[in-house]
Amino acid sequence: MSDKEPVKSIITPTRTEYTYTPGPSAQRSLRALARGKLVGEICPSCNQVYYPPSGACARCGVATRDEVEVADKGTVTTYAIVRVPSENIDLELPYCTAHILLDGADIPFFGLIQECEWDAVRIGMRVEAVWKPESEWGLNAENIRYFRPTGEPDVPFEQFKEHL
Amino acid sequence: MPERCAVIGVGQTHHTAKRIDVSQAGLLREAALRALEDAGCQWSDIDAVVIGKAPDMFEGVMMPELFLAEALGCVGKPMFRVHTAGSVGGTTAIVASQLVKSGVHGRVLTVAYEKQSESNAMWALSIKIPFRQAIVAGAGGYFAPLIRGYMQRSKAPEDVGIRVALKDRQNALKNPYAHLKFPDIDFDQVANSPMLWDPIRYLETCPSSDGACALVIADEKHAAKAPKQPAWIQATAMRSEPTQFAGRDTVNPQASRDAADELWKKAEITNPREEIDCCEIYVPFSWFEPMWMESLRFAEEGSGWKMTYEGATALDGDLPVNMSGGVLSSNPIGASGMLRFAEAANQVRGEAGEHQVPGAKRALGHAYGGGSQFFSMWVVAQDPL
Repeated sequence: MSDKEPVKSIITPTRTEYTYTPGPSAQRSLRALARGKLVGEICPSCNQVYYPPSGACARCGVATRDEVEVADKGTVTTYAIVRVPSENIDLELPYCTAHILLDGADIPFFGLIQECEWDAVRIGMRVEAVWKPESEWGLNAENIRYFRPTGEPDVPFEQFKEHL
Repeated sequence: MPERCAVIGVGQTHHTAKRIDVSQAGLLREAALRALEDAGCQWSDIDAVVIGKAPDMFEGVMMPELFLAEALGCVGKPMFRVHTAGSVGGTTAIVASQLVKSGVHGRVLTVAYEKQSESNAMWALSIKIPFRQAIVAGAGGYFAPLIRGYMQRSKAPEDVGIRVALKDRQNALKNPYAHLKFPDIDFDQVANSPMLWDPIRYLETCPSSDGACALVIADEKHAAKAPKQPAWIQATAMRSEPTQFAGRDTVNPQASRDAADELWKKAEITNPREEIDCCEIYVPFSWFEPMWMESLRFAEEGSGWKMTYEGATALDGDLPVNMSGGVLSSNPIGASGMLRFAEAANQVRGEAGEHQVPGAKRALGHAYGGGSQFFSMWVVAQDPL
């Protein structure tokens, strides 16, 4: 570079590392997950079941208390097919992310759908969890690799349209 | 009795992918100087400065307001930084207006910006959350399922989003400050552009921009001496809600509906479709036009798409929306909300140039942010309420 060229920018990579405390509610849920169980918590005020639990019902502003097991099966309430790469996401493109309402839960969560043609994914489709081998289970949501269609009949939109 | 307040100066940069010729401070100063000139003000006329921008990781600079103070002439003056994610530009303008409305300050400069080229917003928005699977790919990955939910609920024709994008991209051709300009844009180009986050196509998506926007907001005494028509701020409203709770309507959030209701009530508007002349609303992905038209009470739930379809939201329609080309055409994230507020102000000031809606007397500026959880909006008009 000649001395006459202006210095316009430099690259300074940023990295962040942090220690995360999940809190008592998520800890209970993670320990259950390490045993292959999905354990949510119930809001004592509105009786809605949260999975994964965060310890409180943000709607009622109260702590969730009683634990309840939810199924590792559920319904796709809406979804996207992702065709763009993202630096932090280690998945082959395209892939399908869905809002999945697990049986027994009242709030959908973001899950991955696989073993399905992309144009066959549907709102209302029934899906089930595909787990990693038990020997690889840890305190992590990644114990479930992804969800796949069960082949059961679709659930009518009317039944879950409040849970998008 | 609260003070009346008005926008008396508007400034913005020519938004583009990379402004490597200026620093963040230089970018902001450009917009600020234009707003001051428009208001007929000097730096010394300003009592306080309110800065807004989206998450710091979008540039990788923590608390940039600390080093921006001198570039914005706030040494020795009160200075604030506001943050409410993508809605921040709107929220920042509202905070500035409240400093005037409360009688604390007579003239406030407010500036919002993003210099997206300095980092990677998609990376910053796709963080690995501990104990969870990393699968949500940026804002598009988050919003695509919500759009599909709207499509399912409303049974809208599949090409509504394409039509919104085409309209906004055509409007952008009339805006000298717009980032993306496709002179020969047509329906097929949008329809045939690749799906990024199906159902969102490439040309239905906002760009990453470098840009800034600034406003001078003044009380009645100073507005009376302003060289141009002031845009009187008749009403403002803000609401927030958590990202997740059981029964949350992510497609048409409660916080959005509540903010709209409060806004119309404060502005003494009973029929927004009739009483508002034009809107600049936050549409980063095309389908959010019909979604927000419903949420803002311009259309019945499930029928917002008809406004797009019937041409009501076109520049020559009965309720033009995003005359400037909107967020789809320029997206310096932190400034995007303020740009909506600024463009609304310019419409009622008669200063919108080629994308002016003839005779616009009252306009809506709107922004949203986070996971559709922060909402900011204002009504500006040729006359105070």
